[in-house]
Amino acid sequence: MTGGKFRNAAGGRVDRGRPLRFRFNGRAYQGFEGDTLASALLAHGARLTARSFKYHRPRGIVGAGVEEPSCFVELMGAEAAGNQPITTVRLREGLDARSVNCWPSPGFDLLSVNQFVARMLPAGFYYKTFMWPDWHLFEPHIRRAAGLAAAPQSDPRKGRYETRHSHCDVLVVGAGPAGLAAALAAGRSGARVLLADDGPEPGGSLLGRSSTLDGVPALDWVARATAELDSMANVTRLSDAVVWAYREANLLLITERAPAAAHVVQRTWRVRAGRVVIATGAIERSLVFADNDRPGVMLASAAQTYVNRYAVRPGHSAVLFTNNSSAYAAAADLRAGGVEIAAVVDSRETVPEEAKALLPGVEVLEGHVIERARGARSVAGADVRPRAGGLPRTIACDLICMSGGWSPTVHLFSQSRGRLRFDETIAAFVPGEAAQPAVCAGAAAGSFDLSGALADGAEKGLRAAQDLGFEARPLDLPAADSGPGYAIEALWHVPQDSPSAKAFLDIQHDVTVSDIQLAIREGFGAVEHAKRYTTAGMGIDQGKTGNINVIGTIAAQQGLPLQAVGTTTFRSPYVPVDFGALAGAREETVVLPYRHTPVTEWNKRQGAVMYEAGARWRRPGYYPLPDEGFQESVNREALAVRRGVAVYDGSPLGKFEIKGRDAPKLLDLLYTNLFASLKAGNGRYGLMLSDDGLILDDGVTFKLGEHHYLMSTSTAHAEEVYRHMEHLLRVERPDWQVRITPVTSQWANATVCGPRAREVMEALGTDIDLAPEAFPFMALRDGRVADFAARVCRVSFTGELSFEINVKSRHLAALWQRIMAVGEPFGLIPIGSEANHVLRVEKGFLSLGHEVDGTADPYDLGMGWIMSKKKDDYIGKRAVAIRRSREAARRELVGLLTEDPGRLVTEGAPLTPGGRREASEGFVSASVWSVVQNRSVALGLLADGRQRMGERVHVRLKDEVVPAKVVAPCFHDPDGKLLRS
Amino acid sequence: MLKITCPFCGPRNESEFVHGGPEKPRRPEDPAALSDTDWIDHLTVPDNPMGPVREKWWHLRGCGQWVTITRDTVSHDILDEDGHDRR
Repeated sequence: MTGGKFRNAAGGRVDRGRPLRFRFNGRAYQGFEGDTLASALLAHGARLTARSFKYHRPRGIVGAGVEEPSCFVELMGAEAAGNQPITTVRLREGLDARSVNCWPSPGFDLLSVNQFVARMLPAGFYYKTFMWPDWHLFEPHIRRAAGLAAAPQSDPRKGRYETRHSHCDVLVVGAGPAGLAAALAAGRSGARVLLADDGPEPGGSLLGRSSTLDGVPALDWVARATAELDSMANVTRLSDAVVWAYREANLLLITERAPAAAHVVQRTWRVRAGRVVIATGAIERSLVFADNDRPGVMLASAAQTYVNRYAVRPGHSAVLFTNNSSAYAAAADLRAGGVEIAAVVDSRETVPEEAKALLPGVEVLEGHVIERARGARSVAGADVRPRAGGLPRTIACDLICMSGGWSPTVHLFSQSRGRLRFDETIAAFVPGEAAQPAVCAGAAAGSFDLSGALADGAEKGLRAAQDLGFEARPLDLPAADSGPGYAIEALWHVPQDSPSAKAFLDIQHDVTVSDIQLAIREGFGAVEHAKRYTTAGMGIDQGKTGNINVIGTIAAQQGLPLQAVGTTTFRSPYVPVDFGALAGAREETVVLPYRHTPVTEWNKRQGAVMYEAGARWRRPGYYPLPDEGFQESVNREALAVRRGVAVYDGSPLGKFEIKGRDAPKLLDLLYTNLFASLKAGNGRYGLMLSDDGLILDDGVTFKLGEHHYLMSTSTAHAEEVYRHMEHLLRVERPDWQVRITPVTSQWANATVCGPRAREVMEALGTDIDLAPEAFPFMALRDGRVADFAARVCRVSFTGELSFEINVKSRHLAALWQRIMAVGEPFGLIPIGSEANHVLRVEKGFLSLGHEVDGTADPYDLGMGWIMSKKKDDYIGKRAVAIRRSREAARRELVGLLTEDPGRLVTEGAPLTPGGRREASEGFVSASVWSVVQNRSVALGLLADGRQRMGERVHVRLKDEVVPAKVVAPCFHDPDGKLLRS
Repeated sequence: MLKITCPFCGPRNESEFVHGGPEKPRRPEDPAALSDTDWIDHLTVPDNPMGPVREKWWHLRGCGQWVTITRDTVSHDILDEDGHDRR
């Protein structure tokens, strides 16, 4: 018996010719193609497949689809995934799964002791008990005890996740009878239809039932309808694709769990739809009686599905417990499949005759309820008594099938912000007023009978297409067999006399009737409060089978109609979704690809150590020679700039061309200093603040001509500055005539710097007059350098004579080679960002992210001179003035010399009074080995620092205190003679 | 995700746009004329209404156009998709 001893010899939609081996909790089993993990286990009589979340009670399989509230598994091996409902895991060869939340196994679970101390674990237990001294002390242990599956440790080996964007006229959710009819009606009109179904094959509820259409099995019609849809070019059909979110503007998210492409693990579709037809069917609800969580208590429709679709008998002998008519057809199917029906317990006083007629010879106990399930690790019987009260009698059985009626699957409709209303006749929340162009059809709209669902689906599909201007015609629909009509009398829970009885409303989170009653007594009676206090409906299953009973229990307790209690908010995702499916291909280097300058390849060939230097630019950190350490390389590079000549690639600096009549006004509003007086061909260093007075950026802006400027910004802040300027122009000053063009990538540059830079420039050959008088510091000249059209700027970030040679990006690599060749006799070498950092610290030049840390203003940095007194207004002026008028001590930029000259300290280390463990009075912003001072030098921000020159301060490190002396923040050429030379 | 209609590119995903903030009174031409309190309020106390708000969006990852829309902050509905302000 490879398929299991509970498997029928014939029938079902499993392929007995294709056996599949799998493992569950370490044991080997065999099932068939077409099985789910749940059906394959039930075929072997598996009962105890899980332990509950809080009390670790024994649990079994309750549902047959996404509604499963009880049993979640972790998949092992190459397809590792956590917290999958056991009923949605398709069987495949070699599948290896285990139960979550039990250790070492569900049969012998060490934490099952919790069920015996359950009285000490009431609702809100954690909130009440673990308050003092700090919840975070307890959290890791509680999480482990109440744990679900851990995240998989490795990447999926099969391939990758991907995302697809799509558009359609009509999106039909669900390929059950209503969905297929809707898709046919819309598809025949020529509208672009997307039909997504969460199952591996179409048919929806028909797959689990023995319904007929026009006298033949309903699945024949499903096959014909599917074939027609697949033949239409305008229809796309996705299977194993669950629609799990309904967002604004008719955006729906769909994840295909098993796409045809072999290299794709899962594919998420982001679909904008013109109209949405939600044909998601209905979900059967549990009934609430004592010990209704024992393995062997199952939804009636689930049992029906197992016997019809998988040819698996979920037990030998069943008692049915129902409050509605739908369970009778389920019982008839179970009986036909070989399950004995011991009795039907119906809470209604009168059961319609046509329902009873489906079960000739079976005892139907009208006006009765099951008070308690018997058995511990598996159901052994049911205690049945009259609803009105009386002594129970025990009926022996190994399966209790419950049907609390049906709830339309309104999750997506509610996510779309559609309103729900409570329909008393079917005792369920049904779709009301829509907020987006969405409509529910079939069972999702409360039409539970097959002919009604077909007609409703066809009608809604037709109307969706017509709304969009397509010519749609009504469908000819097959005739359904007429079963007993749906009739229900609500029963939210069976009242219990015993105070210790555990009647579960939410099986997954172990929430009982008494927990809800406690929540109400303690003042958490509103449905959203009760949910959070008891965690009812907050599990992975989101209370698909039990939430209505929670609402009903609250309503009954408070004497309110259900409409007044209302539902909790339905949120996405409708089913658990992998993080990988959310992210798709958008991992780090795809979302934020690295940016490269034209000499990246050359740098790599030279063996440069490459860093990210802000805004995802890759730049060389330093160019180590063989057998050379970090510090030796940096010292060698820095010395080359101070004593000879070097070149670096400054291409990543942000560059913007600013044109227009009002460009000078813009610059004067943006920068703290005056730009109106700038002459063409000259540049000026500027500091840009935000309106709350903090430093946004610094850089040099050149005037190229009348109403035409070139602005450079720091590498990291280029995009932020662009946004700042655009916002200012478009929102604050829309009447100004200014146009900004980002040209960062259009221009690349090589910066030749050092005392011999002019000699290298001359050797390169240029038509620009390089004499200091003709081409002074902070000037810009257009001309040719080494036969390339170039724009040369005399700016300096190193404190030495510098020529920044800007050329078209495509010319930089060639220019770079020329510089290397021509510079060799001068000892020219390339330098990286580490040496640049040393050189700027020696000069006390600012660096955003170091000294400019988001709290410093220009005065703090000793740059009060840059705050124009002539201008009435510039961005940040007022805020700086207000702040400085109110605060006492501010942290000011200083230089720091450690008393041990060889000592470098960690950048960012705090300065504390006396080095004691006290609130800091500042921090070290940069600490480098100075090649001109031949010792370590540092910059820092220190409270009232400028008043404290010569004082001793203390850098507090983790294990020691480093004393240092406060000095002026410049260690080289304080008058700036060299950079102007 | 919102669907915002760009006058040049048509309806596009929100992810192509950068939020430019709600329309608010112009930055005062002469901040010196305001009291400290008024200036701090101007900077730090934005309107945050429940319901319709006029706001700017920048089609940065598209054509670069700025659009002005009226968005309901409760429902996320865009109330005037074609009422563009091409300033």
